Amino acid sequence: MPHDDHQIPPSDPTLRVKALESLLVEKGLVDPAALDVLIDAYEHKIGPRNGARVVARAWVDAAYKERLLRDATAAIAELGYGGSQGEDMVVVENTPDIHNLVVCTLCSCYPWPVLGLPPVWYKSAPYRSRAVMDPRSILREFGLEFADNVEVRVWDSTAEVRYLVLPERPAGSERLNVEQLAALVTRDSMIGVAKVKLP
Amino acid sequence: MNGIHDMGGMHGMGPIEYEKDEPVFHHDWEARTYALSLALRLGGEFNLDAARNAIEQLPPMDYLRMSYYEKWFVRLMNYAILKGAVTASEMETGKPAPGSARAIPGLVADMVPGMIAGGASARRNVIIEPAFAAGQHVRARNMNLAGHTRLPRYARGKSGTIIRDHGVFVFPDTRAHFQGDKPQHVYSVRFDARELWGGDRNPRDAVYLDLWEDYLEPA
Repeated sequence: MPHDDHQIPPSDPTLRVKALESLLVEKGLVDPAALDVLIDAYEHKIGPRNGARVVARAWVDAAYKERLLRDATAAIAELGYGGSQGEDMVVVENTPDIHNLVVCTLCSCYPWPVLGLPPVWYKSAPYRSRAVMDPRSILREFGLEFADNVEVRVWDSTAEVRYLVLPERPAGSERLNVEQLAALVTRDSMIGVAKVKLP
Repeated sequence: MNGIHDMGGMHGMGPIEYEKDEPVFHHDWEARTYALSLALRLGGEFNLDAARNAIEQLPPMDYLRMSYYEKWFVRLMNYAILKGAVTASEMETGKPAPGSARAIPGLVADMVPGMIAGGASARRNVIIEPAFAAGQHVRARNMNLAGHTRLPRYARGKSGTIIRDHGVFVFPDTRAHFQGDKPQHVYSVRFDARELWGGDRNPRDAVYLDLWEDYLEPA
């Protein structure tokens, strides 16, 4: 072990990021409190519960669903969601005949205001490479098998439009209220790799 | 560019690795890297297209080996040096150069909620006559540009149908290189799975891409 070990630039990302942050703060380029607010927003406030409320509302309110499918950005804003990485939204509806799946083959585009930040698998090479070419194999890995007469539509987020899947309302959920319905809706069902199920 | 990031249609990447109850960030340094990237981008003229282009410039081996936020961290360091925000020697010592001026942060805590809620739409409210209309058959141009583009390889030369006109947006191929916004219509284009991947695909299946007008020609 060399004596001057501590002078070698740290390879541990924790130390490297800390070093860069303190340098940027000392130079006055970054306000550390702004970083805290930003992280807190995406760790605790903005996530798939927002999207779940949009979906549940569409299930119980036909007029809202019509607005959501016609102008998703405006309909989502009615519930107070919008902004960064959801400036221009489109909602696509699953039916017994059509199943929708969202991907970004080129990077990691994802509708932040309604789903939060994307999970690692969504940004990974296996998902991005295969979702457009062989979506049915992806869906099988997630436990979904569709008959040949069901149309599988893949939405590759190549531009600045962000997509949210409106999953099918599960049979037997007729007596649930909008809050109870929202609790059933998962992140994965709004990406298109899961169905919404009763517990 | 025909880079490793353009992954649609590649074989051999393996099964999906799914993590149950995945946290938003796996480590504190990922969260700090994420927030630093957004905070610093706001202070300069860096834009989302340039930011994507910076990731695409990573050597392919690094792109595949590094985790998502490792790539973000390398981009952040390169950007900080490139913009002159930080010098290489400051990066080495971890201290501001003696006598260097103190800057004013581009993003302070009070601004964050407004920044998130407002976003930064790439839509431009200018009237431009669209070249294509819903229902029209088009072909994605066959082009192989060394610069940034959002036309994936798997769609080039393939025919599809315009489903909707999303309106006018800035053009990433120019904005990524600080060559102007070149606003133009973006269309949702439906390509049959058989057109993209061959005759053994389900005849009902389709892939929809959002494509700028410059990527398209009449079919």
